[in-house]
Amino acid sequence: MWEYAPAPESRDIANLKPNYKMFVDGEFVEGTGEPLKTINPATEEVLAEVSTASESDVDTAVKAARKAYDRVWSKMPGSERAKYIYRIARQIQERGRELAVLESLDNGKPIKESRDTDVPTAASHFFYHAGWADKLGYAGYGPDPRPLGVAGQVIPWNFPLLMAAWKIAPALACGNTVVLKPAETTPLTALVLADIIQQCDLPPGVVNIIPGAGDVGAALVGHADVNKVAFTGSTDVGKVIQGQLAGTNKKLTLELGGKAANIVFDDAPLDQAVEGIVNGIFFNQGHVCCAGSRLLVQESIADELLEKLHARVSTLRVGDPLDKNTDVGAINSREQLTKIQELTASGEAEGATRWTSSCPLPDKGFFFAPTVFSGVSQAMRIAREEIFGPVLSVLTFRTPEEAVAKANNTPYGLSAGIWTEKGSRILWMAQRMRAGVVWSNTFNRFDPTAPFGGYQESGFGREGGRTGLEAYLDV
Amino acid sequence: MSDRITVAKTYKLYIGGKFPRSESGRSYPVADTKGAFLANAAQGSRKDARDAVTAARKAFGGWSGTTAYNRGQVLYRVAEVLEGRREQFITEVAGSEGVALKKAQSLVDTAIDRWVWYAGWTDKIAAVLGSSNPVAGPYFSFSTPEPTGVVAVLAPQQSSLLGLISVIAPVIASGNTCVVITSQDRPLPAITLSEVLATSDVPGGVVNIITGRTAEIAPWLASHGDVNALDLTGAPESIRADLERSAAGTVKRVLRNKAGEDFTATPDMSRLRAYLETKTVWHPMGV
Amino acid sequence: MAAPTTLPSALADATRDESSLRRFLHGLPGVDQVGVEQRAAGLGTRSIKKASKLHAIDLAISMVDLTTLEGADTHGKVRSLAAKARRPDPDRPDVPQVAAVCVYPDMVKTAADDLVGTGINVASVATAFPSGRSTMDIKLADTRFAVEQGASEVDMVIDRGAFLSGRYGQVFEEIVKIKEACGDAHLKVILETGELVTYDNVRRASWLALLAGGDFIKTSTGKVQPAATLPVTHVMLQAVRDWKDQTGELRGVKPAGGIRTTKDAIKYLVAVHEVAGREWLDPHLFRFGASTLLNDLLMQRRTQLDGHYSGPDYVTVD
Repeated sequence: MWEYAPAPESRDIANLKPNYKMFVDGEFVEGTGEPLKTINPATEEVLAEVSTASESDVDTAVKAARKAYDRVWSKMPGSERAKYIYRIARQIQERGRELAVLESLDNGKPIKESRDTDVPTAASHFFYHAGWADKLGYAGYGPDPRPLGVAGQVIPWNFPLLMAAWKIAPALACGNTVVLKPAETTPLTALVLADIIQQCDLPPGVVNIIPGAGDVGAALVGHADVNKVAFTGSTDVGKVIQGQLAGTNKKLTLELGGKAANIVFDDAPLDQAVEGIVNGIFFNQGHVCCAGSRLLVQESIADELLEKLHARVSTLRVGDPLDKNTDVGAINSREQLTKIQELTASGEAEGATRWTSSCPLPDKGFFFAPTVFSGVSQAMRIAREEIFGPVLSVLTFRTPEEAVAKANNTPYGLSAGIWTEKGSRILWMAQRMRAGVVWSNTFNRFDPTAPFGGYQESGFGREGGRTGLEAYLDV
Repeated sequence: MSDRITVAKTYKLYIGGKFPRSESGRSYPVADTKGAFLANAAQGSRKDARDAVTAARKAFGGWSGTTAYNRGQVLYRVAEVLEGRREQFITEVAGSEGVALKKAQSLVDTAIDRWVWYAGWTDKIAAVLGSSNPVAGPYFSFSTPEPTGVVAVLAPQQSSLLGLISVIAPVIASGNTCVVITSQDRPLPAITLSEVLATSDVPGGVVNIITGRTAEIAPWLASHGDVNALDLTGAPESIRADLERSAAGTVKRVLRNKAGEDFTATPDMSRLRAYLETKTVWHPMGV
Repeated sequence: MAAPTTLPSALADATRDESSLRRFLHGLPGVDQVGVEQRAAGLGTRSIKKASKLHAIDLAISMVDLTTLEGADTHGKVRSLAAKARRPDPDRPDVPQVAAVCVYPDMVKTAADDLVGTGINVASVATAFPSGRSTMDIKLADTRFAVEQGASEVDMVIDRGAFLSGRYGQVFEEIVKIKEACGDAHLKVILETGELVTYDNVRRASWLALLAGGDFIKTSTGKVQPAATLPVTHVMLQAVRDWKDQTGELRGVKPAGGIRTTKDAIKYLVAVHEVAGREWLDPHLFRFGASTLLNDLLMQRRTQLDGHYSGPDYVTVD
């Protein structure tokens, strides 16, 4: 028997420090909120203590951002802003390994994903947007579109560094200053990004990073001197924020949850479809808003596909996120694990057939074995609610019309997948998907040049591409 | 001049291509700016709004699915019919807004021209707002703007025709359908517009027009689960924030226009962009 | 046309006549190039260290078809190759033997004589290798000669011209006849994937060869670029896996040409492990057609065991 020996990336590379401080007005300072302890979800050990912002710290940070906006950043020529942003992109690349290991420690995602996806894509977002800073007049929003002012940004725990990049890069390119709150359970890489920003000599106050829980986020988005709010996270919180901002003139963009359908027709390239399904739901432990969490498979190939899928999922290696051969890492928090367990229990209770990979799981830490539910109907909770975990619900369809109807039968509308070798059917389907991103014969591809964002309750506004600039311009 | 008694017009709602009275049976008097009685208008209810949303949803698939070229022709046809009713609109605008005939003429002409402007946009939006995305990999990725869906439009309270057209045309040019609550006190040009729509080639349900009390009907639209976007332009200040809060319940796109929007000014694309969703499609390139 | 073995009815039907065969092959699911290449690259990032690496190296050595297929081949060259096959690393008797020595038909007897009693197979290319451009009679004679000379394995080439012009029945029948001519010798069917160009063709040719009774499907002659690649091998591994799912039979895969380093070989083993399955991690079901690969495996083996880097002077060049 050939077993792969453990191949762990060294955690020393993360340069983990016992304490992390918030970053305000160009300095790392103690917050006056209750410090939080961030843990490694794969071991449940405390990684570091992180100071958090109080309401008055939020105010200080917003004031610093306002001052930097008024005095420096809004007056600086775009060509000069661009060079700062390019610097950040390069520094992320240079410190890529450190960021990748730290991300896997703090978040639980496999090192191969933080190394090959999160960190390089974060760098590419800065690189892409740097180039826009002095070309905004060509973006289609008039000859000299103006920034909005201070952007308050709140990001989730599933792609901590990457989401920070998605938020900060376009804001800076368009001439705004930023106060960003990373997620409570994953503050570390954002604070290393702050260190990078400091090393890049960005003027103080242009970017401020204030860790904390939901109350800090609420204080930030509610702050009277914030002009723009960008939020990525759950639909429930998104609705609260949209409601909170009612009657203000703050510009808002929301990137919320999803319950994407991955639709496989009988003429699909089956082996690649299986890969796409696996990638769609088990990438990042399924902690992906655009995850392909509903598999819609044409009835005539359902059994064959399911068999192939089970075989393939059985080969997924679940375990130590730092092991280079790990495919599925740790669930980010006990709270999330409990939610996944609760929803899978509901799937069983509602009569779906559960199949779970027999892969070994580590003794400690938050892990959940890849799970596939078949015989799922649209009425079941596992077909309607976002599980945000490595759990796939399999439904069937008979005709393209039925596939469209089932795929769109959700208040969400973030993404969809289509698998068929018939080109005209792809375009026909893509046109009918009420979803902001449609992957055909592929899944979970991201690029800073390609706008990303949702329909309906998956949010509004786009990130990436020319379209994404609108969120940070007064147009 | 004979002393012939004129035939007074009954102003009704416009829902699903038909002209019903309000299901509530209510109507309310409409006066000119000096207080002289002009006509009775139907006083729409929440159930009328509900029916209008149903009609708008039913029409959405066909209207958004038709070609942009065809939508352009349909909208241009509306402009032709508008032009034919120019004199009637001038009279109604003058009466509703209390402006001199010359001013009313100018407003109506601008309104017709505005409609023509938006009619010409239908088959340019995708080229101007869409893109092919140079992604770093063996994929063809393109982004295309698509209509948001059913839009609830609270029409401007003051500008009874130009403002009305300025808020409706961009909604339907890109393939959305809409439910419009007219200016509460100046609804007559809107009803005449609905007659224009009904007699041009716009499919029933694409535009639904309800007269009545904005503050009474708007909350039902703001909270409606099958409405995708809300234009607050004509919202009474006292309920604006409440409407926005309601809209948040289903993450509606909300257009918050700037106070004192000047509808005589040349518009930009912002009202078109407000009701468009960018859809990004990826496909691998291989043999 | 007749299937050589008892097949499930769906597969037996596929070989009933030319048009059934075409329908079957063109009814196979397509292969998305970007997807399969991405999967191959992804699996290529597996990090195989320490004991698992040593195990992989020994396994890879035992899967090598040590090959010389040159116009300049001599009996002396083949003898030294046979010696190398028996004792790949003379200083280290615990190094496993290779699976086979692979030569041209006229060298088979030399190799067979030197390998008697070792358990190492003698493989011979045949059927007008590498182009396959000759008459059926000559291809059959070539095959019979190799077997008479002592080859226990025959590596035939398919008629790519016939395949690419859609004459699947002809390719099928050639394989069936060569298989008959092989007698007890195992038949490896070389698809020459570098000339088939698309993965869809590779998949169809794989199934064609399996239907016709090939014991192994082999990527390349080594005379055409590109030779073996990871994604092509993925597609072929999927074919033998699916074949097993449908028939219960185990058939083998042999990538050949261009695999020169231990790092490459391990990537192939990872693919075997995770695409086909553990059962295929066996010289009976997976081979490397290679010449220089063996020495790199031996060097890396020394590096693993000695704890310092080895050099080419410490492995024998034959």
